[in-house]
Amino acid sequence: MKRRNFLTLGAGAAASAALAACGTSGPAGGGGTAKAGEASYWFLSGPPGESVRTGAVERFNKANPNSPIKPTAFQNDAYKDKLKTALGAGQPPTIIWGWGGGGLKSYVDGGQVEDLTDWFGQNAAVKDRLFPASFGPATINGKIYAMPAETVQPIVLFYNKQVFADNNLTPPQSWGEIMDLVPKFNAKGIAPFSLGGQSRWTNMMWLEFLFDRIGGPSVFGDVFEGKANAWSNPLAIDALTKIQDLIKADGFVKGFSSITADSNADQALLYKGKAAMMLHGSWSYGIIQAQGGSFIKDGKLGYMNFPGVDGGKGDPNDTVGNAGQYLSISSKASAEQKDIAKKFFTSLLDDTEQSDWIKTGGVPIIKGADAKLASSPDADFLKFVYGVASNAKVFAQSWDQALSPTAAETLLSNISKLFTQSIGPQQFADNMNAVIGK
Amino acid sequence: MTIAPPVVRTAPPGSNNAGGSGSVSWMAWPALIAFTLFGVVPLLGVLVLSFSSWTGQTTDIPFSGLDSWRTVLADPDLPHALWVTFLIMALSWLVQTPLSILIGVFLAARHRYRAVLAVLYFIPLLLSQAAISITYKALLDPNFGLGAGLGFPFLQQDWLGDGTLALGVVVFVVSWQFIPFHSLIYQGGVRQIPASMYEAAQIDGAGRIRQFFSITLPQLKYTIITSSTLMVVGSLTFFDLIWVLTAGGPGGATQALAVDMYQRGFKANLMGPASAIAVILVLVGLLLALGLRRLGGRDQADSQLEGA
Repeated sequence: MKRRNFLTLGAGAAASAALAACGTSGPAGGGGTAKAGEASYWFLSGPPGESVRTGAVERFNKANPNSPIKPTAFQNDAYKDKLKTALGAGQPPTIIWGWGGGGLKSYVDGGQVEDLTDWFGQNAAVKDRLFPASFGPATINGKIYAMPAETVQPIVLFYNKQVFADNNLTPPQSWGEIMDLVPKFNAKGIAPFSLGGQSRWTNMMWLEFLFDRIGGPSVFGDVFEGKANAWSNPLAIDALTKIQDLIKADGFVKGFSSITADSNADQALLYKGKAAMMLHGSWSYGIIQAQGGSFIKDGKLGYMNFPGVDGGKGDPNDTVGNAGQYLSISSKASAEQKDIAKKFFTSLLDDTEQSDWIKTGGVPIIKGADAKLASSPDADFLKFVYGVASNAKVFAQSWDQALSPTAAETLLSNISKLFTQSIGPQQFADNMNAVIGK
Repeated sequence: MTIAPPVVRTAPPGSNNAGGSGSVSWMAWPALIAFTLFGVVPLLGVLVLSFSSWTGQTTDIPFSGLDSWRTVLADPDLPHALWVTFLIMALSWLVQTPLSILIGVFLAARHRYRAVLAVLYFIPLLLSQAAISITYKALLDPNFGLGAGLGFPFLQQDWLGDGTLALGVVVFVVSWQFIPFHSLIYQGGVRQIPASMYEAAQIDGAGRIRQFFSITLPQLKYTIITSSTLMVVGSLTFFDLIWVLTAGGPGGATQALAVDMYQRGFKANLMGPASAIAVILVLVGLLLALGLRRLGGRDQADSQLEGA
């Protein structure tokens, strides 16, 4: 289960486990290929995204009654399994919703999705209104295979202002200050950082920032480009050592490796004051707003970009996360369906959809969307997110999305071992070097 | 996912004409056809896939000879996963068998209060494994679970975050769910022991404990083998429970074969190696089932009841 579907709780886990247990088939019937003159579109279910996506399709269908789009929504894990089965069976939907990066590359390698480079060349207006950074994960081998869409979701360092104020402490401005804060909070019986460590990608966010702040974007860039032994870079080893130092100093809440992000227990630790800080995606804001009572209304939620590491080469303005969501067109679709899909792409992120996303606490990936943010009750946070996204020289993609599914799985399992300290930095680097370029 | 070996009873020659006229071998056809279609054919499919480098996302399947097998057999994760699987199997057998026998014997006696207790005992069996796992996960949460809520220090362990404890929790939850099932089997087994044996033992002056060890246990020999086979082969396929409780973590401490297979196949898109692990799972299961049958000796078809 992934972070994007943050409001899905245990029921989702049950469904996905049951689904996994009995094989691969998702909801039966209705293969991806739609009727002639109709394009199919699969995406994620669940609030808040589902209603916005459905709304966009409905407006399109009203404007184009002769070439409608048939939407189907799936729960996160079910979607991944169903899509995989559909692609394997040669029956994918016309429009494939995804996360770009390594997953998209595996579709490209399988010849499953359309090359949209020429189309974007002819429709510069569509391309130019979007954040340039959002095209990174859509670009494979220099060609664009997906339409960036929806919202930008950087990873943010959240903190509980109340806890800091009560203990006369100030939020950290550097890695050194983080390490200084750890014993101070522990002495008060408050966990310095909340972390849903069982989900593994939650731990990964820490490494993403440490790698960037210590060594700049090129350290992971080398891994991404498949350079041999890229994980053994001394700067990478330094970052891996630093994270284990933080773990050894009890920087993370007790029992973090059994907490899942899906349960939102990590969020609860922060807004209940049991933990002082939490590194998490910007979507956490919506979760805390929904579940944390008046925590946000009372102005207790603080947020900042991850601080720099003293002497590090990275720019503290850089960020990581999801630069957008990505819509691809199946190469198996008919010419007519492909045209419908492209027409649909031009209709995306109209004014209505933009304000729908803003209402959910998201920042649309549109240049100048900040002008629309002011009227929102969450304007402060939204402007902060817009600022982070637009000021970042490097908006790195989450590692598990950037890498191929094969390398990502090895990465996550080794991260889990690194955080339980069953392997050290050197062993981690050796294990990961073995799957570079795979 | 369970691929349990078929329980084939080999009938003595000449005895298949029970009931008199004509062969009744046709009665085996429906089961045989179903087993072939849904057991043997997918199994062969998995075997074929284990020689491929299929990602699961393309319509054509590229074959790559023994590559997948080389990858899997050279991977240090495989012996680890085998060891975890074996530990879960052995520990859950050790916990479940004595308790199931005791509860089974207790429930076999015909008292009304025991019948009421029997109904209560069977409740865990009615719940789905995923639901049980989610519940236990919530109860064992280090910050919002039972330990934190009740304030008992001994409950405030990092139950699912420490490798050894997490394995213990998996064994406990498995036992909690399946002891009722095996008790049911033992209850039936005990009820089939003729009362006359106990009467004779009583006349000879044997006490309850002596009766249990000299009559009940030996008479339950085949029930124990049946129940153990189900436990051992069943434990190979534990997936949903582990997946929901720990997802194979922390740090791979509960990464059993079935979990490893799922992660490779459906997370890492490596259908070839995942299929190779599936084949290994089937082989291990078959060997264990055969081994357990051997334990029962060759006289399984003979009656163990007196006078037969």
